[in-house]
Amino acid sequence: MILDWLLPTLILTLLVLAGIGAVRRMNMWRAGQAEKVDIIAGLLAMPKRYLHDLHHVVERDKYMSRTHVATGGGFVLAMALVILVHLIGIESKVLSWMLLGALSMMFCGAVFVFKRRRNPPSRLSKGPWMRLPKNLLIFSVTFFVLTLPAAGVLPASFTLGVMGQWFLTLVLSALVLMSLSEMLFGMTWGGPMKHAFAGALHLAFHRRPERFGGGRSTGLKPVDLEDNALASGKVLGVAKPSDFKWNQLLGFDACVQCGRCEAMCPAFAAGQPLNPKKLIQDMVVGFAGGTDEHYAGSRYPDKAVEGKAVGEAKGGVDHIITDGLINPETLWSCTTCRACVEECPMMIEHVDAIVDMRRFLTLEKGETPNKGAEILDNIIATDNPNGYAPASRTHWAADQNLNLMKDVKKAEVLFWVSDGAFDMRSQRILRSFVTLLKAANVDVAILGDEERDSGDVARRLGDDATFQSLAKRNLATLGQYEFKTLVTTDPHAFHCLKNEYGDFGSDALEGVDVLHHTTFLNQLIKAGRLQVEGFKGGKVTYHDPCYLGRYNGEYEAPRELLASLGIEIEEMERSGYRSRCCGGGGGAPITDIPGERRIADMRMEDVVSTGAEMVAVGCQQCTAMLEGVVEPRPVVKDIAEILASQLIEVHS
Amino acid sequence: MLPDVKVFSLLSIGRHPQSGRARRAEQDARAVELGLTLVGRDLNLVHAGSAQQDDSVLRQYAGMGLPALTLLEQEENADILPSLAKFLQNNQAGIVLMGVRAESGESSGMLPYLLAEKLGWPIVSRIADIVDIKEGVADVLLALPRGQRRAVQVALPFIATLDNAASAPRQTAYGSGLRAKIEVVSSESTVDDLTLNWQVSPAKPRPKRMKVVKAKTAADRFKAATAKLAGGGGQVLKEGTPAEKAQAIFDLLLEEKVIR
Repeated sequence: MILDWLLPTLILTLLVLAGIGAVRRMNMWRAGQAEKVDIIAGLLAMPKRYLHDLHHVVERDKYMSRTHVATGGGFVLAMALVILVHLIGIESKVLSWMLLGALSMMFCGAVFVFKRRRNPPSRLSKGPWMRLPKNLLIFSVTFFVLTLPAAGVLPASFTLGVMGQWFLTLVLSALVLMSLSEMLFGMTWGGPMKHAFAGALHLAFHRRPERFGGGRSTGLKPVDLEDNALASGKVLGVAKPSDFKWNQLLGFDACVQCGRCEAMCPAFAAGQPLNPKKLIQDMVVGFAGGTDEHYAGSRYPDKAVEGKAVGEAKGGVDHIITDGLINPETLWSCTTCRACVEECPMMIEHVDAIVDMRRFLTLEKGETPNKGAEILDNIIATDNPNGYAPASRTHWAADQNLNLMKDVKKAEVLFWVSDGAFDMRSQRILRSFVTLLKAANVDVAILGDEERDSGDVARRLGDDATFQSLAKRNLATLGQYEFKTLVTTDPHAFHCLKNEYGDFGSDALEGVDVLHHTTFLNQLIKAGRLQVEGFKGGKVTYHDPCYLGRYNGEYEAPRELLASLGIEIEEMERSGYRSRCCGGGGGAPITDIPGERRIADMRMEDVVSTGAEMVAVGCQQCTAMLEGVVEPRPVVKDIAEILASQLIEVHS
Repeated sequence: MLPDVKVFSLLSIGRHPQSGRARRAEQDARAVELGLTLVGRDLNLVHAGSAQQDDSVLRQYAGMGLPALTLLEQEENADILPSLAKFLQNNQAGIVLMGVRAESGESSGMLPYLLAEKLGWPIVSRIADIVDIKEGVADVLLALPRGQRRAVQVALPFIATLDNAASAPRQTAYGSGLRAKIEVVSSESTVDDLTLNWQVSPAKPRPKRMKVVKAKTAADRFKAATAKLAGGGGQVLKEGTPAEKAQAIFDLLLEEKVIR
C-alpha cells in the first residue's frame, strides 16, 4: 500500500518542518536581551510546573481543565506513539492499542473543545482558533483508522477494490496532511498550537521561577541605571521588542488567547483602551514583525484607538513599540492590579511588560500623561507626591504623643506612616491604628520627618530612577535604627518595603517582619492584647486591596479581624484573588486615561449588589477611590477604623 | 521660525519653596520650553556657575530634549555678569531667554537688566510668548495681569524674561538628561567684592496687614482675589512730541527720586 511509505514520509516531513520552525522561533526570542536562566533545571522542572502550577490555574474552569487534560494529554501521548508506530514502524500490538486509547481520549476532549467553540464567549479569540477543534477531531479519527490494521483489528484479508484503495489512500493522506499541518507545522510556525511549544518552554524558562510551587514573586525588577548600561547606547526601559528579556518574548508567545485576562481587567471593563490579551498579541506582532491583521479577538475598547482598523498596528523587532504598534494610552490605562497575571493559565507577566514600556516613555521620552510629570517633579523635590513641605510630614501626629525613632533609636515596632500623613481622610486611618497600638501597649515609634515616599507611584509611573533613589535613602534611614517589626497601613508601601527594597543591597530590613496593619492587628487580637466588642452595624462586605491580596497573598487576616468583631462578611462575587481593583493603583488616578465608566464606580456596584451597608477596606488608596463614588452608597471604612470604634478601653 | 536666529536660554539652579531642595527653576524652565518651541534642538542652554556642584539639576534641563548644554565655569562668589555678557556676544546670540528672577542666591531680578545694559540690547520683561520672528524683528506677547496680553515688536538681538504665564515646561526625561553632554567652558571669574562682606541670615516673616475685601458680589471678590497690583496713579501720554514725553518721564523719575 502506498500509505506504507507515504505516511512515514508525511510525518517525517512535517516533523522536520516543525523542527525548522522551532529553530526559527527560538531565534526570534533570542533577539531579546540576555537573562540568566538555569536551562537544565528549568527543563527538568517543566513537567511539574505544567501539571501542578499551570493546572492549578486552569482548574478554576473545571470544564476547560478536564477538556484540556483529555485533549492535550491524549495528543502528547498519541503523537509520541504515532512516531513509534507509524514513523519508526515498531510492530507491537501493545503500543498500537495504547495509541488507540490515547487517540480515543483525545477525541473525547476534542469533542468538548468543539462544543465550546460552537458558541464561544466574547473573551475567546476566533479566526484560526475556530478551526483548531476540527483539526483535533480529524487528527484523532484519522490516526485511529490508520492504527486499526497495526492493532490487528482489521483482518489481513480486508481488501477494497483498487479504486477503493486509491480513494481511501487519497482521503487519509489529505486528512493526515491537514491535521499534522495544524498540530506539528502550526506549532512552531505561529498557528494556535504554538501555545503548547512556547508555553512549555515558557514554563521552563520563566523569568519568575519563584512563582512555581505555590510561591509568590510580585516585585518589579529594577532598571539598571549604572553608567555602563547608558554608555552602550541602550535606553532605559523597553522601547523596542528587542529591549525585552528573551524569556519575556517567549512568554508573550505562550499566550493561548483564552481571554481570561480580558474578562478580569478592570480597565477593559471600564472601557479604557486596554485589553491585556490584545496587548500580549501586539507584543508578538512586535517581535515577529508584521501587522495585527490575523488577530481575531476583542480589541482595545476605546473608540479613539478602535478607529484603527485591524492590520493598522504595525511592528517589528527593532521598531519603537509606541510608534505605530501600541497607543501609549493603552499602557497608561493599567492599574497594575495583577488580575490578568493571576488569571493567566500560561503565567504570562503582563504588568512587568507594561511597566517596562512605561519606563521608556517616562525616563527616555518624558511623556508621562496628565498629572504624571507634576507628581514626579514633586516626589523628586519634596519626597511626597503633592509637593507638601517635608517638614510637615508629622503634623498629623501632633496630638498623638508618638515616639520618634530619631529620639528613641530602638523600638519593638516601627510604624511606617506613608504619604497618608498628608491626607486628612487617611489621617483618620492612621489615628485609629495608633489608638489600637496604644490600647495594646505596643512599643512603637515612627520615623517622623525622616520618612519619605516609598516610591510606589514613581515606580509604577515608570520613573525607576526616582524609585531607586527613594528606596536607597529610605533604607539608609531605616538602617540607623533597631526594630523587629515594621507595620504600615498602606499596602503599596508594604509591597515596596517587603518585595522591592530587597534589590538594593541593604541589610536594613534583614530579619525584620514587614507587616500590613491587618496582619499585625490580627496577631494582637489573637494574643489577647486587644479587647473588642461585637459589631452591630448591619451587613458588611470586604474589599481586598490588590497590593495586599494578589501582591502579597494576605486574604485571611482582614477576614479574621472582621470575624473577631462577630461580622459575617457578605462576600462580593469578585473577592479574594479575583478581587476587582478600585482603580487607584499603578498611578492610574494620576494618568487618568478616560474610559466609559470609572473603575471605582464598578467596584461600588459590586459592593451594593451584596446589600452591604458598609465596605471594609485595608488601604487608604482604596478608601479614597471608593469614597469618591457619589452618594448614596455604602459607608467606606478601613478595618483599623472599624476596630478602633469597637475597642473596649481597659483602664489600668 | 528662522533657523539662523541663535536662541539662548539661561539656566539657574532653582529652589523648591517647600523643601528648599535644588530643582529646575520654574521660569527658567519656561525659558527652555519657549526656546524649544522656537528652534527645537538648536536651542543653546547656558548655565554660569561652579562646576563642582551636583549636576542633576542641569541634567533636568537638558532632559527636556537637548543633547548638550554649556557650563560657563565660575568660581563661588563670582559675579557672573561679565563673562555671561562676553559669552553671549561672542556667540552672536539673537534671543536670550531667562526667568524674571532666580529662586536662590541674591534673587534680585537684576541680571536681565544689567545684561541688557552691558550688551546695549533691548529687554522685554515678563513675556508670555514669542509669536513670530521676521527680518530681525520679533513679535512678542507681554503678560499682563488677569490673562491680558500686549503685543510688542522688538528688534533682534534682545533679552526677554519669562512670566509664569508662558507655557509650562515639558517633562524632563531622566535618561536623555543623563546622556546629555555638559560642555564646560572655563571663563574668567570676576570676584563680586560687594557680596563678600554680606552676612546672610534666614528671612523672618514680617507682620502683614490683612487684606480686607469689601466686595458685595462674588464677581467682585473674584476680581479682588485674582487681580495683580495695577499701579494706581500714572497717566497715559498720547499727545505731544517725543521730547515732551521724555521730559514728562524725566520729571517723574526725579519726583520719585529714582534719579537725582
